[in-house]
Amino acid sequence: MATVNAQPAVPSSVWRARLRLASRSVRENWGLFVRTRIGLLGLAIIAMYALLAVAHPVLMSTVWEPRIYDPVIGYAFDETKQPAPPSLKHPLGTDPLGRDILSQLMFSARSEFLLGLLAATVTVVIGTSVGAIAAYFGGWVDTILMRLADIMIMMPAISVLIVLSALIGVEHFELALLIGILSGFGATGVVLKSQALSVVVKPYIDAARSAGGGHFHIILVHIVPNLLPLSFLYMMFTVTSAIFSEAVLSFLGLLNVRMSWGLMIHTTESAGYLLQVAEFWWLIFPASLSITLLCSAFYLVGRSLDEVVNPRLRSR
Amino acid sequence: MSEATNNTQAIPAATSRLLLRAIDLSKRFPLSSGWWDRNPSFVHAVDGVSFDLMAGETLGIVGESGCGKTTTGRMLVRLAEPTEGQVLFENESGDLEDIAHLKGQPLKDFRRRAQMVFQDPYESMNPRRTIFDTVAEPLQVQKIGDHAERLERVSETLGLVGLTPPSSFLFRFPHELSGGQRQRVAIARALVMNPSFVVADEPTSMLDISIRTGIMQLMGELADRLGISYLYITHDLAVARYMCSRIAVMYLGKIVEMGETEEVLQNPVHPYTKALLSAVPVPDPEATRDPIDIKGSVSVPVDPLPRCRFYDRCPIADNFCRDNDHPPLQDKGSGRLAACYKA
Repeated sequence: MATVNAQPAVPSSVWRARLRLASRSVRENWGLFVRTRIGLLGLAIIAMYALLAVAHPVLMSTVWEPRIYDPVIGYAFDETKQPAPPSLKHPLGTDPLGRDILSQLMFSARSEFLLGLLAATVTVVIGTSVGAIAAYFGGWVDTILMRLADIMIMMPAISVLIVLSALIGVEHFELALLIGILSGFGATGVVLKSQALSVVVKPYIDAARSAGGGHFHIILVHIVPNLLPLSFLYMMFTVTSAIFSEAVLSFLGLLNVRMSWGLMIHTTESAGYLLQVAEFWWLIFPASLSITLLCSAFYLVGRSLDEVVNPRLRSR
Repeated sequence: MSEATNNTQAIPAATSRLLLRAIDLSKRFPLSSGWWDRNPSFVHAVDGVSFDLMAGETLGIVGESGCGKTTTGRMLVRLAEPTEGQVLFENESGDLEDIAHLKGQPLKDFRRRAQMVFQDPYESMNPRRTIFDTVAEPLQVQKIGDHAERLERVSETLGLVGLTPPSSFLFRFPHELSGGQRQRVAIARALVMNPSFVVADEPTSMLDISIRTGIMQLMGELADRLGISYLYITHDLAVARYMCSRIAVMYLGKIVEMGETEEVLQNPVHPYTKALLSAVPVPDPEATRDPIDIKGSVSVPVDPLPRCRFYDRCPIADNFCRDNDHPPLQDKGSGRLAACYKA
């Protein structure tokens, strides 16, 4: 029998083979992603905002004078009347407090990204664990987790956040955790559990058990990898809902943040310009358009990923 | 593995060593798991099944779907825990040990010696793992060998099941393989730890007719070379005849007839076995035979009445069969066991 194995096996070639397989699957999935077009559009928008976010500190330390352009405490001394319409020095004008709108927009982009990605990561980590554990163990573990999910789903997220921010003062980081926990233990967990249910009944789970694999091994090696495509999809959707919730809460003035797109609209509203869009369009459009664009961008990427992981949706 | 190959012919014939003994094995599934339901109904999936399996022997279990043959197999490899009864299984030191309720490390050790080949080669492998990962998984969870040794052992086993050259299969995904190749991988996974006992749950029923014999031949050869005992679960009498030295016919969770394969198939005693045989198609349009008249279809054994399980469908049953509990398996001559009052 020893003759069957002609060449001695070199472990390093195993890793090379794995790497080759991984890169092949990335290439294939990227091809599918590109073919959906809307995903590319979404990626382009995301990349644009990422550039804006990265460019802000660079501009602040080079071209823009902090005294004038600081997004929170700057004041446009060069304008006689605030809010000032767009000009060469202030491409998107200034707000009622004399601060540069483009600077605010770019400064906020970074925190929107951090908020969205943190909320999404928390959601996916919790949701995947909840889904896999509830589906695998079943019984009372499942009952407890799913009743908890019912409670999370029933909770009106925005109202809860309003109460919480009134009570403890919520910043971006806390908001991201809250959204992540609400969604992870709630709707996302339920969706991922339903997917996990179709995995736990597969014979390869039995095969792993009869090989002697423990619960941890089976969940980690067999269930979670089969949930990940769906997890990533929900990650994208959570980014959207996190950015949107942030905008709503800052608009209501309930978030303890220095600057954000929602807060920009809030400033406009409290200065009484909200209903004069036609005249003071630069106060409303940059922020609201950014919220809309970035939310839709993540949604488009999510939809496109949906087609990648869900072959039935693919149009050939 | 090499020792087993050296004394190739010696094993099946010379030894009549008891490998496994099932004693009154039962599995009941509760129908209602409600908290307030004090007296739930039970499906008696397997009900008091007893048999012996010698080392190197292949025992077939045949029966309709739902007769409990798969549940029996799953209990023997402890994918299901028996509700009642014992499974005595030979351990490393050669003693018989009851594995019916093992837990923890002893159970994990037992799993090295008993493996299962599943029916559906398309679902029995994780689609995201390569063939190497799949076949090496038992070695990995049992912490046998290091990476290089596992790679060698997996290649060796793939060669053994006829996937040659192994290197061209190691890093493929299951969806790149045909059904027959996948089933060979599943057999390799079951054999990679050198088990002494393998439950084969209809391993050929999902395969193309043209490749069935190949898989059956392979399993037969491997049993001879490695001295493996099979519990071969099938609904196909022709397959049972090809693979098994003895067969047990199951009906609604009970063994109704058991004996040497040829004996049982040539000269069935139990009316159910006769009916099963009469349902086998004969490849001859002119052929005629006496139809055995059984009524209805197989039912679900929910809280069965204390009477012969086959009573409702039996052509020869009378009041005695109705008023007495299910007949015990009795010797009907020449080592043939059957559970029937009238036969």
